[in-house]
Amino acid sequence: MMMAFYGGLIIGLAAALLMLFNGRIMGVSGIAGTFINMLFTPNARTAQSGEFYWRGFFLFGMILGGILLSKFTNTFVEAAMVTSNPAVIIAAGLLVGVGTRMGWGCTSGHGICGIARFSGRSVIATMVFIAAGMVAVAIANALLNVSGAGQ
Amino acid sequence: MSSNFVRSLIALAAGAIFAIGLGVGGMLNPANVRGFLDVLGEWKPALMLVMVGAIVVYALANQLALRMKKPLLDIDWSNLPRPGFDFPNQAKLGAVLFGVGWGMAGFCPGPAIASLVSLHSTVWTFTTSMLVGFYLFALYERRKHSKGT
Repeated sequence: MMMAFYGGLIIGLAAALLMLFNGRIMGVSGIAGTFINMLFTPNARTAQSGEFYWRGFFLFGMILGGILLSKFTNTFVEAAMVTSNPAVIIAAGLLVGVGTRMGWGCTSGHGICGIARFSGRSVIATMVFIAAGMVAVAIANALLNVSGAGQ
Repeated sequence: MSSNFVRSLIALAAGAIFAIGLGVGGMLNPANVRGFLDVLGEWKPALMLVMVGAIVVYALANQLALRMKKPLLDIDWSNLPRPGFDFPNQAKLGAVLFGVGWGMAGFCPGPAIASLVSLHSTVWTFTTSMLVGFYLFALYERRKHSKGT
């Protein structure tokens, strides 16, 4: 359990670096969403290339971090997928993609950075998405029990 | 070295450190994430501990930031959103949609991207759909703005 806390300290350090050096919030949905948008909008990309590149470097850094984890830990070996039903996974991905952009952020931007900066909207957002996630899991488990009983 | 390049290097380091923190904290295992949301079942507190640890460090960094005239590598704090309570209904709906998708798969954007390295087909399906979702919302916003002017 302490590992979870240590992991959190490391995440806080990463977010602190991005704020203190670059003056940016470490919100993954905002960084990746803006990057994708600029990727398909050549005008915006050339007009603000610095805005495009730092986001690309951040995302590339996340991939590098993943490579280090896969080399030196068994993080990905232990990972247990919740479901592998492709329709559920695609629907979930679309909901997370649209929802985080529409909701001004995700777990990193609202749940960590926003709360730590005492931003009221981030406190609201975090309570809303955690509550919605809890309801979704409860319903999914109930449906699973029903279908399991029917077999 | 141009300041854009140095800022990109800081972003690269932050991205790598972030992914390592997610891995150390057990957040790249969707079962842990879903375990936190499963309040009626076998509840797992890992995600809460990760958030507490990260918030403590970031809150301290924020106290430092409040005493700095500007970020170390930029001219002012204008790129940092101002804390506030404004959160319109559409944004609340977005948070609901996000929460539902998060509960369904056990992934939010950070872990989804950091887990691509696992080459797990479920992760790639999820992350690709999520990126499509990002872009769909960007297209929607663009249409709304072009109609407005």
